[in-house]
Amino acid sequence: MYDVLVIGGGHAGCEAAAAAARRGARVGLLTFRAEDVGQMSCNPSIGGVGKGHVVRELDVFDGLMGRAADRASIHRRMLNRSKGPAVWGPRVQADRKLYAAAMRSLVQESGIEVMVGEVVRLKLAGDRITGVQLADYAVLPCRSLVIATGTFLNAQIFIGEGRETAGRRGEQSSAALGSQIREIGLGQGRLKTGTPPRLNGRTIDWSRLEEQPSDSDNWFMSALPNAGTPAPTLRCAITRTTPETHQMIAQAFDRSPLFSGSIEGRGPRYCPSIEDKIRRFGDRDGHQIFLEPEGLDSSEVYPNGISTSLPRDIQIAFVRSIPGLERADIVRPGYAVEYEYIDPRRLGTDLQTREIAGLYLAGQINGTTGYEEAAAQGLVAGLNAAAQACGLPPTRFDRRTSYIGVMIDDLTLQGVSEPYRMMTARAEYRLSLRADNATTRLGSDALKAECLSPLRQKSIIDHLERRQAPGFAETPEGAADELYAPYVDRQRREWQTIERDRLISLSPSLDFRCIPGMSTEMAERLELARPESLDQASRVPGVTPAALSALYIASQRQVA
Amino acid sequence: MSISADTIFAHSSGRPPAAIAVIRITGPDAHRVAEGLCGSLPVPRQAGLRTLRSAGGEILDDALVLRFDGPASVTGEHLVELHCHGSRAVVAAILRELATSPGLREALPGEFTRRSFENGRIDLTQAEGLADLLEAETEGQRRAALQVTGGAIRRQVELWRDELLVLSAKAEAAIDYADEEDETQTQAADLAQAASQLRSDIASWLARPRAEPLRHGVRVVIAGPPNAGKSSLLNSLVGIDRAIVSQEPGTTRDVIEVPVSFAGIPFLLIDTAGLRTGGGAIESVGIQRAEQQIAAADVVLWMGRPEVAPDHPRIIRLHGQVDRLDRHDIPPGSLAVSSITGAGLESLVEQLTILGRTLLPEADVVALNDRQAKALREVADAVSSASPKELELTAEAFRQARSAIDRVTGSAGVEDLLDSLFRRFCLGK
Repeated sequence: MYDVLVIGGGHAGCEAAAAAARRGARVGLLTFRAEDVGQMSCNPSIGGVGKGHVVRELDVFDGLMGRAADRASIHRRMLNRSKGPAVWGPRVQADRKLYAAAMRSLVQESGIEVMVGEVVRLKLAGDRITGVQLADYAVLPCRSLVIATGTFLNAQIFIGEGRETAGRRGEQSSAALGSQIREIGLGQGRLKTGTPPRLNGRTIDWSRLEEQPSDSDNWFMSALPNAGTPAPTLRCAITRTTPETHQMIAQAFDRSPLFSGSIEGRGPRYCPSIEDKIRRFGDRDGHQIFLEPEGLDSSEVYPNGISTSLPRDIQIAFVRSIPGLERADIVRPGYAVEYEYIDPRRLGTDLQTREIAGLYLAGQINGTTGYEEAAAQGLVAGLNAAAQACGLPPTRFDRRTSYIGVMIDDLTLQGVSEPYRMMTARAEYRLSLRADNATTRLGSDALKAECLSPLRQKSIIDHLERRQAPGFAETPEGAADELYAPYVDRQRREWQTIERDRLISLSPSLDFRCIPGMSTEMAERLELARPESLDQASRVPGVTPAALSALYIASQRQVA
Repeated sequence: MSISADTIFAHSSGRPPAAIAVIRITGPDAHRVAEGLCGSLPVPRQAGLRTLRSAGGEILDDALVLRFDGPASVTGEHLVELHCHGSRAVVAAILRELATSPGLREALPGEFTRRSFENGRIDLTQAEGLADLLEAETEGQRRAALQVTGGAIRRQVELWRDELLVLSAKAEAAIDYADEEDETQTQAADLAQAASQLRSDIASWLARPRAEPLRHGVRVVIAGPPNAGKSSLLNSLVGIDRAIVSQEPGTTRDVIEVPVSFAGIPFLLIDTAGLRTGGGAIESVGIQRAEQQIAAADVVLWMGRPEVAPDHPRIIRLHGQVDRLDRHDIPPGSLAVSSITGAGLESLVEQLTILGRTLLPEADVVALNDRQAKALREVADAVSSASPKELELTAEAFRQARSAIDRVTGSAGVEDLLDSLFRRFCLGK
């Protein structure tokens, strides 16, 4: 009997399994193929503005991503350095192989049993999870289950006029599991995402391109010292599309599955394909492309900025119209993938489904995009799945103290209409949520969650003590605290006015339709989001003060 | 039972002017605050007449004061009721005084009821009526105020909101898409400059005439020493005997407000107690009130000697009782009037009409109400604090401005910001 089973070995799955194991649960991780564990399926970089903040927060809870990124880093940039420290965004380019190897060894160290197999059915007893059934009819019993299957649920891949059923290229799609999840009724929709063609780096004329240097100072993602020897630094470069590129792409619009109606799913506004960019912003004379090497011993290059699902011949032609890429070979064409996601409003802030006790969902399946977003959800689901299995208190994140809290709150209350990406614009308390003060913000929560190695515990306790010591104001973190103090104080006063509402919890069994004075429209909005407190209810889109009063009164009646 | 940490107050009766107005204060500090205002409080549940004074000692009103000790009160907490005179100026002066008392804040909509309910003073059925009430009071009012004059205010405020969203989106794009500089490069100084343009646009609207004079009438205060003929003038202007007129100086001890209309312009004529020192205690309250009325007046009709006229931007100096033999010498710059012969009244009405037009929003120009103006002032203040140096502080200023403007238009939220951002910029790799 497993305490926690995790389906999927991507960023969410690995973090979920490792977090559950750190809390003392017996954990099994199921993957289609052993070599998939810890793979970076898309661009080879970790962090950025908002995303880097998330990695630092994950690291406070002893998450794997920051440490793996440090071991695999071949290029690092602290974004926004010219702006204030609240919005500095640490980002590294990681060697794909080194990253996956680091992840696998971190997973191994966590004592997780990694198993290869395809889950075809969830085993339920009433409305509670009891285990999973594999394609070979074997049944694995468990107390909690985390589904972290990414884009694999009923995914379809598009290149030009062609389409095939698959998750990532050449991999299976979890059709059987998908149909059962649909039966449970988690309110799914379809989203799309895409990747650029991969280029052979030896066919790129680097000498003609503007170089993007790595930072000269050595900062790290993780607060813990890097275990291995740091990898050498590689160079990245920037080029641009040309009017000729734009013309070629525009002429091929009719061969794009995006515009022909084959793809119904909505793509992210902030990660558009190159054909989208040209259609919507035809006036631009060029779009930047970041050439990111995939690794030290790989010649593959990820041209970030030209994600596309145009036919292969068009891809080759337009790539070669770009300076420096005139002779470039495409190793693998770009493609669009359309996949199913579930409505995250069906989840609690612990990422457990309300319909099935013990069933947790994490990562891209919840409508998010990005490694960091997936990993952070893995942490939340893993900690709480272990808590549920082992009778420990749940761990919740607050949007006032973490980007992870912002994301969970947004997902579970607002839902998504496009893939959700972490941006600092989403955090109203941005000036308090810095990448450099994650330990200060979350250290004591992490200690309380009892999911830390002795080394990490010591690192957090030391840091919190250092804050009290004289001279802290001269450290970068202390100086930043001082810089933002007037703003943070004002925000703290804003918090206090909502604090009382935050403490008024709403019972999961509360029937919004039966509340006197509650209009049907309001009841429906609340029913979809199922807020857990009055404060959360106030953030459900469109909910009026009148509905909140009615809700408040009803919550008091329940207590009475 | 829960006892609230803070003390709140609210004007709990209908919209002034009215015969009386009730202002309620509740919470742990209610007694202390009320004592500061009244000097002393009567014994619980017995009315007592008290003179309300500001912290600076200025007399605000004479009021009937009721004290309730928690939990035996409607909210279940300490509670004080002030039954004061129901003129707008008096109510506004007392509310202003309360708002500046430390530890005291104005109640949120429905907050008194919420406390009553929390402290078990009203039952669920009573409290459940609150939801509908609140909807009507807050959302309803907000929407109605936006829709006046064919939604022109809504359109203007939405233009500002969109402009603000664009500025905000520029700042956010430069922060969240730091590496895509050729698309997002923005200087905090440029944004601060654009913000200052927005601020002055809003400020020019704030400087315009408000909607309130249109609704309540241009406030014309008749002031002067006792027995100068103020009440008679008011009566002649109204054409009806509304005020008490007597030969004995100091008859008008309270403030009398009469709505009239000249040439289609609404006026509120206000008769005050004569301004003089000495006299009875009650009369001196009346005089204090007259001074407040002058301060709150749109136009002052001064019936005293021109050299002691109060300081006011729009004052018409009248030489009253010109029918009397001893009043034939008219000081230069004064308009001679007589309530008995009607001399000068037509000319006075004409002057009032001209002044009134400058104070009222023109027919085709829309006017903000006070609540909208307050929120927009916050918007203007927030955008003018936009830092020309630190982009994340500029972004914070815009965030605050967005939340203030949301109070006028209804909520916009982060999604609208992102929409504005991605419509404008080609972002993402």
